[in-house]
Amino acid sequence: MIFRNETTISLRTEKEAKTWFKTMLFWSFSIFFYSIVISGRILALIVEIKINKEKFMREVFPMPERQQINKSKKRVDARAKVTGKAKFGADLKFHNMLYGKVVRSNYPHARIKSINTDEAEAHPEVAVVMTAEDIPHNLFGVIIENQQVLAEDRVLYIGDGVAMLAADSREAAREAAELIEVEYEELPGVFGVEEARRPDAPVVMPGEENNQVIHHPLRKGDVEQGMAQADVVLERQYTTQFVEHAYLEPEAVTVIPEERNTLVTVYGSVQNPNATRDALATVLDCDLSNVRIIQDNMGGSFGGKDENISSMACRAALMALQTGRPVQLVNTREESIIESYKRHPYTMKYRIGARENGELVAMEIEAAADSGAYACQTPFVTWRSVVQATGPYEVPHVKTDTYGFYTNSPYTGAMRGYGSPPVIFAQESMMDELAWELGISPEEIRRKNMFANNSRTASNQKLDNHEVSLAEVMDKALEAIDYQEKYRRYSQPQPGDIKRGIGFAISYRGVSLGAEAIDAAGAIVSVQKDGSIIVYSGLAENGQGLKTIFSQIAAEELGVSLDRITHMETDTSISPESGSTVASRSTLMGGSAVKNAAENIKTVIKEFVAEEYDYQGEIVYRDDALFTSEGSKLVDFPELAASAFHSGVFLSSYGWYKAPGISWDEETGQGRPYFTYVYGCQAAEVEVDTGTGEVRVLNMAAAHDVGKAINPANVRGQIYGGTVMALGHALMEDLGFSEGYIRHTNFDEYLIPTIKDAPDNVEAIIVENPDPAGPYGAKSIGEPAMELGGAAINNALSQATGRRLRDLPLNLERVLLGRNLSREG
Amino acid sequence: MSKVKVAFTLNDQEISLLVQPGERLLDTIRDRLNLTGTKEGCGVGECGACTVMLDGQAVNSCLVLTAQVDGREVRTVEGLGGEEEVDKLQQAFIDHQAVQCGFCTPGMLMSARALLNDTSSPTREDIKTALDGNLCRCTGYKQIVEAVEAAAEAEGAD
Repeated sequence: MIFRNETTISLRTEKEAKTWFKTMLFWSFSIFFYSIVISGRILALIVEIKINKEKFMREVFPMPERQQINKSKKRVDARAKVTGKAKFGADLKFHNMLYGKVVRSNYPHARIKSINTDEAEAHPEVAVVMTAEDIPHNLFGVIIENQQVLAEDRVLYIGDGVAMLAADSREAAREAAELIEVEYEELPGVFGVEEARRPDAPVVMPGEENNQVIHHPLRKGDVEQGMAQADVVLERQYTTQFVEHAYLEPEAVTVIPEERNTLVTVYGSVQNPNATRDALATVLDCDLSNVRIIQDNMGGSFGGKDENISSMACRAALMALQTGRPVQLVNTREESIIESYKRHPYTMKYRIGARENGELVAMEIEAAADSGAYACQTPFVTWRSVVQATGPYEVPHVKTDTYGFYTNSPYTGAMRGYGSPPVIFAQESMMDELAWELGISPEEIRRKNMFANNSRTASNQKLDNHEVSLAEVMDKALEAIDYQEKYRRYSQPQPGDIKRGIGFAISYRGVSLGAEAIDAAGAIVSVQKDGSIIVYSGLAENGQGLKTIFSQIAAEELGVSLDRITHMETDTSISPESGSTVASRSTLMGGSAVKNAAENIKTVIKEFVAEEYDYQGEIVYRDDALFTSEGSKLVDFPELAASAFHSGVFLSSYGWYKAPGISWDEETGQGRPYFTYVYGCQAAEVEVDTGTGEVRVLNMAAAHDVGKAINPANVRGQIYGGTVMALGHALMEDLGFSEGYIRHTNFDEYLIPTIKDAPDNVEAIIVENPDPAGPYGAKSIGEPAMELGGAAINNALSQATGRRLRDLPLNLERVLLGRNLSREG
Repeated sequence: MSKVKVAFTLNDQEISLLVQPGERLLDTIRDRLNLTGTKEGCGVGECGACTVMLDGQAVNSCLVLTAQVDGREVRTVEGLGGEEEVDKLQQAFIDHQAVQCGFCTPGMLMSARALLNDTSSPTREDIKTALDGNLCRCTGYKQIVEAVEAAAEAEGAD
C-alpha cells in the first residue's frame, strides 16, 4: 500500500497506482480543456446577452411550449357579440317589471324647499314614488360614505337625484317624472379648485370644515437646496379638463326583490360587483349575503360604472322592495352625462431645477384635483398622481403636494389611467420645455435622467426586482415612428399654414392597487365530469377581454382547448371577493388566482394518476390529454374527469393570489408604493393647420412593456383603444361647463374620436420582460396605453407651431388663438 | 292618436303591426319584436349603435319611425349569417379581434355590411367613410378596419 486516501481511493499495487495516475492525468487535461471551452461559451453568451437578450433568455431558460399563452386566441365572447346574442343591462326583461325614472336637480347648488309628488303618485301607471325622506340609510361611498342616494335638503351638483319613481312603462315613467314639482332656493356654488381652497369659500360638503378632501405630501431630500444647485429653474402651470368616460352603453341595472334566497338580486352593467354590493348592503341595512350582483355584458366602463351604478342599484332596489316588483333603471345618454362622475380636472404647478447638462436636481409640484360634489375615489386617484408626478426620472430633491377639493361640479372618480394622465401631461410637457430651455433634445434630456435598473424613485423605492425597460420601450417606439429623421426635418422652417411636428412621452406606472388597499384576488376553476370546465372570477369582464385571458390561463394549465372552458359572469354570491376590476390589475392578480386554482387541481390529479394509472412522474398537460414526461399518453382529459368523478375525487378548486408586500408613509410619501411597475413610450406625429387651429394626428407609435402578452392581439387592441382615447382627451373632449352646468350632454356636442379622427396608423409594439410577480411574467396594459398620448401629442404640436400650450383640450381656439373662447377660458 | 298599421320584412320574415305614429323603429325592434342585438347609445343619431339596414342602406333606427318602414325591408344584426353560421364579415370581426365590449359591434357590422353589399373592394377611405357614424370607445377602430378589409377580400374571393 503506497498511499491511502482516507476518503475514497485505496491502491494496493504499483500497477494500480500507475493506472490511477494516468486516469487522473486524463481527467485533468479533460477538465482543463472543457474549462476553456466553457469559458469561451460563457464569454460568447455574455456577448450574446448584449446583442440579443430575447434569444439568450430563450436558449438559457427555455420555456415549455405553450399552447395558449402568448397566442392571439379569439375572444371567448366574440361570437355572442357579433350575432347580437350577448345580453347587456338594458336587454333584460322580467315578468311584471317596472321602469324607473329619476328626477334630478335644476341647479348646481340649491336648498330643496319642497317636493310635491302628489300628481305623480296619482298617475294610473305609477307604482311607487320616493324621495330621500323614504330612505333611512341614504349615504354610501367606497372610501368616505358621503354620497347621497337622493338629495336630502341640499343638491350639491347638477346631477344629484331628488326624487324617483317606477311605472308600468317607460313612457308612463317619463310622463310622471314631469309631474313632480320641486321648489329650490338657489345657493352660491363653488367652482374650480382655486375657489374651493379659499379660506372664505362656502363649504360644499355638509359636516366638513373646509373643502379639502385629501392632501398627500411627499418629501425627498431638500427641494430648496436642490433648486440652489440648479443652473435653470423653470416654473409652469398646466391644467386638464373634466373628461366623460363615454362608454357606448349607458348605465343599466335591474333589481329583482326577494328572488330565491336573497333580499335583492341585481343584474346590470356593474364594473365592480363587490363595491356595488357593499353600497346596497349599507343602504338597505342588510347582510352582504342578502345582496346578489350578477354582472351582464358591459358596454364599456373605463372606470366609470362604479359609484354611479351603485347609486342606480340602490335606487332600483329601494323601489323594488317597496313594490315587490322588479325595477329597471336605464339612463339616456343625457342622464348619463349629467349624473355620472368624470375624470378629475387638475391644476398643476411645476417648478423644476436642472443643471446645464440637463441633469435634474429638484422638482417641486403642487397638483390640485377637482373632486366635485363627493369624495368618491378622490383620495386614491390623487394618491396615484403623487407616485407618478415626477415621472420616470431620478430626482434627488422632491417636494410634491397633491390635493383634492370639493366643489359644486359633477363628482369625479376613477377613469382609465386614474391619477396619472393629468400629471403625465404636465410633467412630460415640462420635460420638453426644459429641454428647449437648455438647448438639448427631448430625447437627450430623458436619456440623461430616466430610470434604469436599481434607480430610486421619488418615494425612494429601489427598482431592483424587475427589468426597468424605459430605454428599450423608448428606442422601439422612436424607431417605429422614425423619430430622429422626422424631428430633424420638422425642426427646419416649414413654409405655409400646414405644419408638422413630432413628440413623445415616457412613463412608469405602478401595477395594481399599490398602497391604496389590500391587494388580493380569487377565482374558481371547476372541472365537470365530462371534462368541460367552469371558471368563476371575482374580477369582472368590462369588455377588455378578461374572460378570454383567464380562460387561456385555465386552458394552458390543464392542457385543454379553449372551447372546453366556460367563463361565467361575476356573481357576488359565488365568485370570491377580489376587490375591484381597476388599476390594470386583472391579468396579474386575477390571472394568478386562476393559475393557482388550476395548479391546485393538478396536485389532486397527480395523486389520482399515481393511484389510478400507476404513474408517479411529472405529468404533461396538452392537447386535451395527460402525458408522461417521456411523451406517452396517460389518458384523455374528459376520460380523466369522468374517472375522477366516479372515484369520488374532487377536481374543483378556489385559487387565491395575494400581492407582494408594499409600504407607504402618509406623512413623507416615502416607501414601496407598488410591488412592480410597467414602462411605456408613446410618440405622435401631428399636422396642424395654423390657419384654423385644426390638429390631425397622423401617426402614433406605442411601445409598452407588458411583462408577457398572454394574448398579443388583445394587448394591441388595448393599445389602439388607449391611444385613441388619449387623442380625444388631448384634442376635443369638453363638457362645456359653465358654473356647474353641463352644456354638452350628448355625442352631438361632447365629441369623442370617430374613425376619421383616429390616426392613420398606430404602431403597437409589445415589449416583453417577464416579471416574477405575474402569471407567466405578465403585467398590465389597460391604463398604460391611455396615459401617455396627451403629452406626446402636445409635444408634437409644440414642435409644429413653435408655441407651447399648457391647457387641455388642445382645441381649435387654443391652437389658433392660444386661449379658449368659452367663459372658463 | 290612432295607431298605424305597418307591414314590413324583418330579417326575411313578414311582420305586421299596429304602432303609434311616433314609435321609433329602434323601440319596435327591441321592445316589441325582442331583437335586442340593436343597441341604443345616444338616441340622437350620433353614435350608430342602433344602425340597421333599411332596403340595404345603413340607417340609425333611433331616427326612423316604424311607420316609415311600411312595405320596406329591414335587417338587423340577428339577420346576418345563417341559423348556425356567421357570415364572413362577422367571422372577420372575430378573427381580427375587432370586438371588445361589443356594444358598438352590431351597428358597426350593419354599416360595414351595407358598404360591402354596395362595393366589393372598398378602399380604406371608403371603409372609414362608411363607419364614420359609428362610435367606438374601446378599439381605436384599427382592428375594425382590418376586419372589414379582410371580409371584403374573403367575399371578393368567392
